[in-house]
Amino acid sequence: MPTTTPARPRAAEGGLRRIAHHTLFWPVVALIALLAANTVYRPSFLSVTVLNGHLFGAPIDILRNSAPLMLVALGMTLVIATRGIDLSVGAVVAISGALSLSFIATSPNPGSLSTVLLAIAIALGVSLVLGVWNGFLVSVVGIQPIIATLILMTAGRGIAMLITEGQITTVTSPPFKTLGAGFWLGLPVATLVAGGVFLLVAFLTRRTALGMLVESVGINPSASRLAGVKARTIVWTVFALSGLFSGLAGLILASNVMAADANNAGLFIELDAILAVVIGGTSLQGGKFSLSGTFVGVLIITTLTLTVTIVGISPLVTPLFKALVVIAVTLLQSPRIRESFAARARQRAARPEEVSA
Amino acid sequence: MTSSETVERPVVEMTGISIEFPGVKALDQVDLRLLPGEVHALMGENGAGKSTLIKALTGVYDIDAGQIRVDGAHHRFSGPGEAQSAGIATVYQEVNLCENLTVAENIMLGNEPRRFGAIDWRATRREAARHLATMGLDIDPSSSLGAHSIAVQQLVAISRAMVVEAKVLILDEPTSSLDADEVAQLFAVVRRLRDEGVAILFVSHFIEQVYEISDRMTVLRNGRRIGEYLTAETDRVELVSTMIGRSMEVLEDLHVTTDRAVQIERGNAPFLQAVGLGRKGSVQPFDLDVYAGEVVGLAGLLGSGRTEVARLLAGADRSDEGSTQIKGLPARLGTPRAAIARGIAFSSEDRKAEGVVGDLTVRENIVLGLQAGRGWMRRLPSRQVDEIVTKYIRALNIRPANPQALLRNLSGGNQQKVLLARWLATAPQLLILDEPTRGIDVGAKAEIQKLVAELAGQGMGVVFISAELEEVLRLSHRIAVMRDREKVAEVVNTEDVGVDDVVDLIASGGKH
Repeated sequence: MPTTTPARPRAAEGGLRRIAHHTLFWPVVALIALLAANTVYRPSFLSVTVLNGHLFGAPIDILRNSAPLMLVALGMTLVIATRGIDLSVGAVVAISGALSLSFIATSPNPGSLSTVLLAIAIALGVSLVLGVWNGFLVSVVGIQPIIATLILMTAGRGIAMLITEGQITTVTSPPFKTLGAGFWLGLPVATLVAGGVFLLVAFLTRRTALGMLVESVGINPSASRLAGVKARTIVWTVFALSGLFSGLAGLILASNVMAADANNAGLFIELDAILAVVIGGTSLQGGKFSLSGTFVGVLIITTLTLTVTIVGISPLVTPLFKALVVIAVTLLQSPRIRESFAARARQRAARPEEVSA
Repeated sequence: MTSSETVERPVVEMTGISIEFPGVKALDQVDLRLLPGEVHALMGENGAGKSTLIKALTGVYDIDAGQIRVDGAHHRFSGPGEAQSAGIATVYQEVNLCENLTVAENIMLGNEPRRFGAIDWRATRREAARHLATMGLDIDPSSSLGAHSIAVQQLVAISRAMVVEAKVLILDEPTSSLDADEVAQLFAVVRRLRDEGVAILFVSHFIEQVYEISDRMTVLRNGRRIGEYLTAETDRVELVSTMIGRSMEVLEDLHVTTDRAVQIERGNAPFLQAVGLGRKGSVQPFDLDVYAGEVVGLAGLLGSGRTEVARLLAGADRSDEGSTQIKGLPARLGTPRAAIARGIAFSSEDRKAEGVVGDLTVRENIVLGLQAGRGWMRRLPSRQVDEIVTKYIRALNIRPANPQALLRNLSGGNQQKVLLARWLATAPQLLILDEPTRGIDVGAKAEIQKLVAELAGQGMGVVFISAELEEVLRLSHRIAVMRDREKVAEVVNTEDVGVDDVVDLIASGGKH
């Protein structure tokens, strides 16, 4: 946040140490390590080439594959910051994909732009309604977020099944395919969409007072209420946004495969999203959140998935591999472990560094 | 009487203790020694470092420099458990027991007698009963702790500390929510433990209690140790000026009174008028007027309904009967937000749970109320925020004067000032203060009282609640007396009204 900070007394301590104390230090180190490991395995990993006016290469793949998770994790970050959690995002992804593809498949002209735009509007509208439903259960009815969203998590896939009538319909619609597989200005459209939403959320939270109010509600709900914060509206809003963003993610995923799979679309994406948020340094207890942290978290998870394919690790042990990396990152971030590192460093450092404040 | 020559070997010796938090030097080379069989008072303003020093001794905080010796042996505690096994037991300001467990479970938690590896519940209850008996406390060990008063919970907390046969007992503000009888009961227990040779560290803002119970005291100021004194040889005025580091002018401020000579303009409609306002199970219907520029005191014992009245007026609780009018026009105060929009600010007695947003900065905490009123879309311009924050940090003397410090790193008194700043920034016409001076030091207390008098002088209406009747009497133009969740009397505060009169009203319920 760009605020006029008066000179901090600690500013004199070397810049390097401050970087090492930054909450994003270890996640970024983990990301760099992952990229480095891939480069060692395949030296051309980081190279990006231009083909037919589009950029190609593993880094571009990572950015494109990150898009759906990025969208879901953005909504999740805000929800978690208010002390909530949204387990229904995967189900919303499936519903959104099923709705859009079924609409296109049954329309007389699947290839026309207007059909596609209408399909997108319907899917996003329904996703928003689902988010509003979650928000209603949590903020008005007062159900615990984990239970409230569990309802839609289980019911949602059933709804998606009803929409697709249990079929995996393949659809051909070039305009719709652009969303997940197209390029614009040399970059994947999906990446641009996710990037745009990221900037929008960053603007909404840091340029307006939404970020501070969300944090305030997450840190101390009753104090916030007494201070006049519309806690209910804020909680409601973040759940609605989470639904909307998940819907958008569902569209991108559906457009990637051009087939609505009610069972597998967005399966376990809620877990990846929660992981990305936590790796990014936002506490599950709510309060302070970091969008850039979530960004790094998403990149780590997508890079991991790609690494598994590149290095040729059997898909059977992929979850285990993922778990190991996640454990490493979260351990490095844990305050207790950091403190013990810091204590060790302090003991090693020369004693007479007393500076009168 | 103990003389300074014949000291035994201290049980606890802390030397050169320093602790630093981001942006705050909490302790700077502080020494403290505790002698067996003595009550040692730790004195100082809020933010002087008392709580931090206690947390250093109990292993909650890691010390940055210095040494801790218990019974002559060096210790470096890395957790409360280690301090406890070294014989240091603590009873904190907020009772930290489990309300949903029974008294016996609380007392014996972690030390339950076992039989064949499983907890022997009968022996647990018997042991607990024995410990309660030594405290002179006659309650059922198998009753749920939450069913008892704070005073009883406090004594249970001490029983729990004594289960481990502590050599050192730390009492951090144990009396802040007790009445006189309960304090006497607590002190009887403290004296018994002292006579058994336990070293007791006592922290309290009540100077009379410190003189009543302590043998020796250490004074801290701004994170430094000022000195160690024998209580019997130290004069009260001397002690207070040592604590606040400023001499007589501040002490005179302690006698701030509102200007009662100023006639409150009662011709117009009152700023706020409550008629038959009530809430079932909370407070009986009551009438109350607050005029602009008037301080209305609410007097009554803990649980008398004084807080409930404040909450209804501030929209923190919803009333289920009666009505409110602002400047003669009907106004519904259903939510805090609605009340704030009407110019009513409410500072809750529960600072921690209902005021402080600890992980936000001082700056964010100060503007929270103002920003909330504007809604999230219209963010206050940064420059305006800076102006407001600088103004209040200076006006209320908030320390440290660092707007970017996290509020949770500030001392209780300074947190209270930040909360006052939050409310004043919303430019209220009525300020409702529920126990604004509880648990904060003399200096900050005088500052807050002075502020209340000034604000009223500028035409703000104030509803002032305090357990200290002297304070209520000094500041109020009118006093509403509460008893058993009912408003029983209202008196105009003149020179003739004294503490005894208000006590009489509370005792008699206004009926003679």
